[in-house]
Amino acid sequence: MKRMPKTLRVVAASLATCLAAGLAPSHAQTVKVGFITTYSGPMATLGDSMEKGAKLYMKLNADKLPAGVKVDFITRDDGGPNPDKGKQLAQELIVRDRVQFLAGVVWTPSAIAIAPLVSEAKVPFVVMNAGGSVVTTMSPYIVRSSFTLWQSAYPMGQWAARKYKRAYIAVSDYAPGHDSEAAFERGFTAGGGEIVGKVRMPVGNPDFVPFMQRAKDAKPDIVFSFIPGGPQSTQIMKAFGDLGLAKAGIKFVGTGDIVSDEELPNMGDAPIGVVSAHHYSTAGDRPANKAFLAAWKKEYGAKSIPNFLSVASYDGMDMIYTAIREQAGKVDADRSMAIMREYRNANSPRGPISIDPETRDIVQNEYIRETRKVNGELANIEVDTIPSVKDYWKEFNGKK
Amino acid sequence: MRHNGSYSASPRIGLLEWTPWIIGIAAFFLLPEYLSLGARILIFILYALSLDLVVGYAGIVTLGHSAFFGLGAYAAGILSARFGVADPALQLLAAMAACALMGLATGAVILRTRGLTLLMLTLAIASILLEVANKATSVTGGADGLSGIVVAPILGLFRFDLFGKTAYWLCLAVLFVGWWITRRLIYSPFGASLVGIRENHVRMVAIGSPVSRRLLTAYTMSAVLAGVAGALLTQTNQFVGLNVLSFESSGELLVMLILGGVGRIYGAFVGPVVYMIAQDMLAKQFPEYWSLGIGLLLVIIVLFARDGILGIIDRLVALVRKEAR
Repeated sequence: MKRMPKTLRVVAASLATCLAAGLAPSHAQTVKVGFITTYSGPMATLGDSMEKGAKLYMKLNADKLPAGVKVDFITRDDGGPNPDKGKQLAQELIVRDRVQFLAGVVWTPSAIAIAPLVSEAKVPFVVMNAGGSVVTTMSPYIVRSSFTLWQSAYPMGQWAARKYKRAYIAVSDYAPGHDSEAAFERGFTAGGGEIVGKVRMPVGNPDFVPFMQRAKDAKPDIVFSFIPGGPQSTQIMKAFGDLGLAKAGIKFVGTGDIVSDEELPNMGDAPIGVVSAHHYSTAGDRPANKAFLAAWKKEYGAKSIPNFLSVASYDGMDMIYTAIREQAGKVDADRSMAIMREYRNANSPRGPISIDPETRDIVQNEYIRETRKVNGELANIEVDTIPSVKDYWKEFNGKK
Repeated sequence: MRHNGSYSASPRIGLLEWTPWIIGIAAFFLLPEYLSLGARILIFILYALSLDLVVGYAGIVTLGHSAFFGLGAYAAGILSARFGVADPALQLLAAMAACALMGLATGAVILRTRGLTLLMLTLAIASILLEVANKATSVTGGADGLSGIVVAPILGLFRFDLFGKTAYWLCLAVLFVGWWITRRLIYSPFGASLVGIRENHVRMVAIGSPVSRRLLTAYTMSAVLAGVAGALLTQTNQFVGLNVLSFESSGELLVMLILGGVGRIYGAFVGPVVYMIAQDMLAKQFPEYWSLGIGLLLVIIVLFARDGILGIIDRLVALVRKEAR
């Protein structure tokens, strides 16, 4: 306190007087949450989806905070997959703004870069997208509300092996892409399938046409893809459609990122028949999802569509609110982590979810979905459910 | 203020020239929460200084200066993350050596060209390095970035802390050395001949000046300075991402230099300070629209102050003096 400027001291003194007089302001306690995501650059829609999810939760659940506690939600833009920028923002949020929680983060590389900081500063970090399996192993202060690529790509491989023999893999060239490639390959080959070719595509602003052409030339039964969602899902779907892979009898499968819900209206008819594995679809037939969608449309307009990033941010905020509530607003890093480790919610828009206390990673249902046209609009219809899926990578490799 | 390399300018360090250092030291005590931003600004000043040497003094137009910044950053990072060398001095030396070699090798080829051809070649070199770093995943970490970098405490005493105190002092000290060397260079006969080459290449050849050798020396020196800046960034962040090599990084740096004033040592100081503080404040206020603010700032500079902020100050000073007369 010795460096406290004079004006601050005056304010503090008057505040103390107010308190003594029983005139305490209603927001006596503020919990600061630093939220890093991508608001600018070609992937800006991802940040928008996340922030809307988080803010919707905060608006609907203000009454879930203990009386007198206020959440200060501080947003920062990392401009895309720039891990050093992400790390720098996290450091500033911790040192300058003294946040009690870090949250958000679209990109796995950024989450990995931030990990040593949250370990050193002891700040709970709720990862609301970044799906590389390794992320939660990087720091005991990381907990994840989103997904891992192994959760979707591995069951996708198992499912595909039951129907098809030859697969071609095209994924983005960074950790989540490498994860989904390994996971799909393991699931597919264990089921008797054969991988006829693989390619890794650049993460930032790729042109998918040459890669899809190579996939077509390899004459597989199916092409499996992962790309980091957002506008890229429309781009890859267009490349798949324009090059006539479907006409050549090649089926497109992937993690849900290739048919991200909010992009479906931009895709034309190319995605009809695409099969994907994922944990969330706006078409999910659950009361909690219907309520979530109704609240979303009411808040952001009928044309706005949430996606899996919105839901992970929505649920991630619930984890933070739970920690704040159970500590009555006086948050301590280790207590917060202990509470969030045990988090469970039977009624997430995506179905029942919980955190695995061992790994601090999400446990959730995975759905096999087929993209169909329903009432003139594309939708990812859930056709099969694999309940309570943990991160397979950690299961197979004994990682925590 | 603009130094044209004539012998008439006094090479002595003027009183005014100590201001940046006084501000730099004062900032450490006055703004303890802004040290990581401060360290980054210091790094970019050094980086801008290296660009000023080639663009401003030697007249070598380049859009690929990030090649050296990135190479330095990766050299220091790889040495630590892959070979376990945690000594900060060795990391800096490795970055300098790598950049000196790269500067000599590429400079010997591309400096034979001028103008747009040269511009494209510098761009090409940076693009090639970026692609190499992107693809050599086992060495550089590719798009995931290079993590696991360890930097030992400086002199065994000062640990790199979360608040960036050590990083700030290190950057300030290294920048001081870099500034001193650059300044000596510019005020030397060598510096004068660089300005001569910038102003009239053909005449310098005609009077028997070893033009290509001079240019190559300046280019290599600049490469080494940029590499040191890159290595400092690695040590401060303990992380290297692909964008240190990107075209945007070169472009942004050029913008900072133009903002400050090209061809003046202190243009390289003013530009990064104004640009990065503006960026920090705008990004804080408007996380979604901050790039618009930066864009407007640039439009204003281009319209009203082609010779940068220092150019405006020069004109103002001249105006006041005229009035006084």
